[in-house]
Amino acid sequence: MSAPTFDLGYLHGGLRMPRRKDKSNKLPIQHVPVPQQLIIPITQHVGDAAHPVVGIGERVLKGQLIAESDGAISAPIHAASSGKVIAIEPWPVSRRLGGNAPCIVIECDGADRAIELSEPITPYESLSQDILFQKILQGGIVGLGGAVFPTAQKLMHASITPLEHLVLNGIECEPYITCDDMLMREQANEVLGGAQILMYALGVEHCFVAVESDKPEAIQALADAMTELQDHRIAIKQIPSIYPSGAEDQTVQLVTNKEVPSGGLPTDVGCVVQNVGTAAAVYRWICKGEPLISRVTTVTGDGIATPMNVFARIGTTVADIVNFVGGYTEKVHHLVIGGPMMGRSVTTDKVPLVKATNCILVLSDEEQFGNEQPCIRCGDCASACPVQLQPQQLFWYACADNEEKLRSYGLMDCIECGCCDLVCPSHIPLTADFRMAKARMRELADEVARAERARLRYEFHTQRLDREQLLRAQQLEAQKQAASEGGSKAIRDILERTSKKHDQDPGEE
Amino acid sequence: MEFVRRDAPFIAPRANVASIMRQVLYALIPATLAHVWFFGPGIVLNMLIAGLFCLGGEAAMMRARGKSVAVALGDFSAVVTAIILAFALPPLTPWWVTATAALFGIVVAKHLYGGLGYNIFNPAMAGYVVVLVSFPTHLNFWTVPRIGDLDYHYVNLLETLQYTLTGNLPDYLTIDAVSRASPLDAVKAGLSTMHTFAEVHANPMMGHFGGRGWEWISNFILLGGIWLLMKKIIRWHIPLGVFAGLLVPATFMYVVESGTHASPDFYLFSGGTMLCAFFVATDPVSAATSPRGRFVFGAGIGLLTYAIRLWGSYADGIAFAVILMNMSVPAIDYLTRPRIVGHSKHEKAPDR
Repeated sequence: MSAPTFDLGYLHGGLRMPRRKDKSNKLPIQHVPVPQQLIIPITQHVGDAAHPVVGIGERVLKGQLIAESDGAISAPIHAASSGKVIAIEPWPVSRRLGGNAPCIVIECDGADRAIELSEPITPYESLSQDILFQKILQGGIVGLGGAVFPTAQKLMHASITPLEHLVLNGIECEPYITCDDMLMREQANEVLGGAQILMYALGVEHCFVAVESDKPEAIQALADAMTELQDHRIAIKQIPSIYPSGAEDQTVQLVTNKEVPSGGLPTDVGCVVQNVGTAAAVYRWICKGEPLISRVTTVTGDGIATPMNVFARIGTTVADIVNFVGGYTEKVHHLVIGGPMMGRSVTTDKVPLVKATNCILVLSDEEQFGNEQPCIRCGDCASACPVQLQPQQLFWYACADNEEKLRSYGLMDCIECGCCDLVCPSHIPLTADFRMAKARMRELADEVARAERARLRYEFHTQRLDREQLLRAQQLEAQKQAASEGGSKAIRDILERTSKKHDQDPGEE
Repeated sequence: MEFVRRDAPFIAPRANVASIMRQVLYALIPATLAHVWFFGPGIVLNMLIAGLFCLGGEAAMMRARGKSVAVALGDFSAVVTAIILAFALPPLTPWWVTATAALFGIVVAKHLYGGLGYNIFNPAMAGYVVVLVSFPTHLNFWTVPRIGDLDYHYVNLLETLQYTLTGNLPDYLTIDAVSRASPLDAVKAGLSTMHTFAEVHANPMMGHFGGRGWEWISNFILLGGIWLLMKKIIRWHIPLGVFAGLLVPATFMYVVESGTHASPDFYLFSGGTMLCAFFVATDPVSAATSPRGRFVFGAGIGLLTYAIRLWGSYADGIAFAVILMNMSVPAIDYLTRPRIVGHSKHEKAPDR
C-alpha cells in the first residue's frame, strides 16, 4: 500500500465513543426498487429553494429536471424515476425547525424510463473550468456529507482563492453511520475519479483522502484504486477515530494542522473539503451523465431489523426504505435523520430521503436520559469541546441571555457537535440551549438590522420633507421679492397666472 | 408510524453528579480508617453530626426554596461537605460547634447563594472558618496520636461521645492528658520561641515528615486523590498548583534559612495540605474552570497557605487560603480564558 502517512494536526478535545458501526457495514450496498411515490422537496440544499419547472399532471422521466436552481446559491433538482407529477404541496420533511416543506410528488409508473442521458464528457479536461462549474451546477450536486452546500458554488468560490489541497472527507465520525465507508469500499474508483475532476476544476495539484484508521477495508479499496489510477497527486491520510474529526473545519485542522479562522472558510487556509460521496456524485454526473438522483444511506439502529446501507432514489420515503430492509423491530422510539450526535428526530416516517440524508437511525428508548441538574462547573465540557469553548460559561450566559458575553465567549464558533452534552454529569442539554441562543442572537441581529433600515428610511423621509419645505420657502421668498421689485404690474401678472391655472386645472392644489 | 421527538444528541451522558460525589466519598475511606486508628473515633462522630445537619439544612433549604428535596439529597453533595468538614475539625469537638459549621456551610454559603452550582465559597471551608474564628478554644483538641508509649490512652467511642455531647470527658480523664497541639501548632510555637526546626522536629510526636499520625492520614488522602485522578473525577491542575504554590516558597526559605523554617515535606504532609489539594480545592463549583485558571487557583491556595503558616496567627491557614481564592475565581476565570480555535493568540474578544 503506497499510502504515505503525514503528521496530523492537533485537535482539542473531542470524544472517543462507541462506534456501533459494525451493525450496518456487514452487507453490501443494496438497491431500493422504485417506490410507488417519490416525494421530492424543492429545498434540499443550503440557499434558495429551487423553482419547480413541471406542472401537475405532467409526465416526467428519470433524470429530468423538475426544479431549476433559483438564486446565487441554489441547486436544481431532478426526477429520480419516471412517472406523473400528481401534486406540488407541503409534506413533512426533516429539517431543523421540523414541519412541512413544499415537495413535488411523483407517482411512479414503475418503468423507470430515463431521459436521454446527457453525453458523458470524456475527457473532462476538454471543458474549461468555468463550463465545468456550470455543468456541475446542472447536475444538482450538493455536499453529501450533510451540509448540502451546492458544490458548484463552493468550487467557484474556492477557485478564486489560492489553494493548496483538495481534502476528500471520508471521515464518518458519528457512531452508526457507514455510508461513506461502504461507498469507498465498493466504489473507490468513482471516488478517486471524482477527486481528479475536482482537482482539475479547482486547479489544485494535491489531494488528501482523509479516512479513519479503523476502516481498513475502505483504505485497502482506495489504495487498490490508486494503484490502478497511478495518480501520485492523491494521498490517503489516516485519521484517528475521534468525534468530531469529520466536521469540515476539524478535518482541515487534522489534515493540515491549520486552524480555519473564526467565521472563515477552509479556503482561508488553502483547502477545499468535499465529501467522498460528493466526489463520486461528480464523477457519475460528468463521466456517466447521471445527475444526483440517488444516494447511499445507512439504515441502522436497534429499531431496524436488518441494518445495512442502501442505494435509494431521492424522494423515497423512510417508510419505503425501512420496509425494504425488513421493517422495524419492536423497540422503536425515535426516528433520527442523520447521526445520533447531530441528526434530527422526526415524528413520522413519511419524510422522504433527501440529498442530505446520510443515515436513517431508528432507536429504542434504551438510552436513559436523566433529568437536568444544576451545573457544577466541573469543566468536562470545556475539555471535550473541539473548538476549545467553555460551555459552562456559555451556559451561564445563555441562561442570563447576556448577548455580549455569549459573543465574546465564542457562541458563534460552536459547531453544535454535542460533545459537551455527552460528558455533562448534570445532563444539561447544552447543545440544544446553544442552538436556541444562537437562533435568538441571529433574530436579534435581524431585528437590529431591520430597525436600522427603518431608522434610515425615516431619516431620509424627514430630510426629504425638510428639503421640500426649504424649497417651498425659497420659492415663496423669491416670489415675494419679485413682487416687491416688480411693483403692482408684477402682482397683477402673478394673480392672472394663478387664476388662469385654477381655471385650467381645478383639481390641483 | 409515529415517533417521539427530542433534540440531538441521542446518546445519553455516562457520568452523573451523584456518582462523582460518591466516588469522592469512597476515596476518603482509607484516610477515615487511618484517622480512627490514630486519633480515635472522633472523626466518625463528627461525620455523623455534620452529616445530620448538612442533610437537614439542605432539605430545609430546598423545601423553603420550593424545590425537590429528593433530588438535592440524592446528589450527595451535602454528604461530601459534611465529610470534608469532619476531616477539618479536631476529633474532640463539641456537637454544637460541628452543627454550627455544617449549618453555616449549607444554609448560608451554599443555599443563600443559590444552591449547588452557584455557591462562591466552598461550603465546608466557609463553615469551618466561621467556627474557627468564633470558637477558637474548642478547636484545639487533637487527641494524642497512637504511639507505643505506656501512658498512651486511646480515647474510646464512649469517652468521645461524652465529650462531643456534653463538652466534658469522664472524670478519670483530663483534656490535657489526651490532647496535644497539632504538629503545625507545635512547630509554629517552637520557631517563635527561638527553637530551630531541627529541635522541634526531634520530638517523636513529629513523626518522620508530617507529624505522627498526620503523615499517615496524608498518605491515605494522597492515595485517594491519585485514585480520583485516575478515575478522571478530578484533574491534576489544582493539586499540582497547590503543591507548587506551597513547595516553591517553602523550599526556597528552607534552603536559605534552614534553621528557622520548617522543611517543605513537613508542610506537605501535615495539617490539611493533602486534603485541600485533592478534596477541597478541587470542588468544581467554587474553583476556577479553565485548566490554566485551575493551576493558578491551586497555586494561589498553596502560596496563601504558606504565608499564613509562616506569618499568620493561625497554624494552618488552608481554610482561609481556600476562601480567599474562591473570591478570586471570577477574575482568574476571566484572565485565563483559553484561546478559541480559529481565533488568533493575541486577539482577546472585547469584553466588559
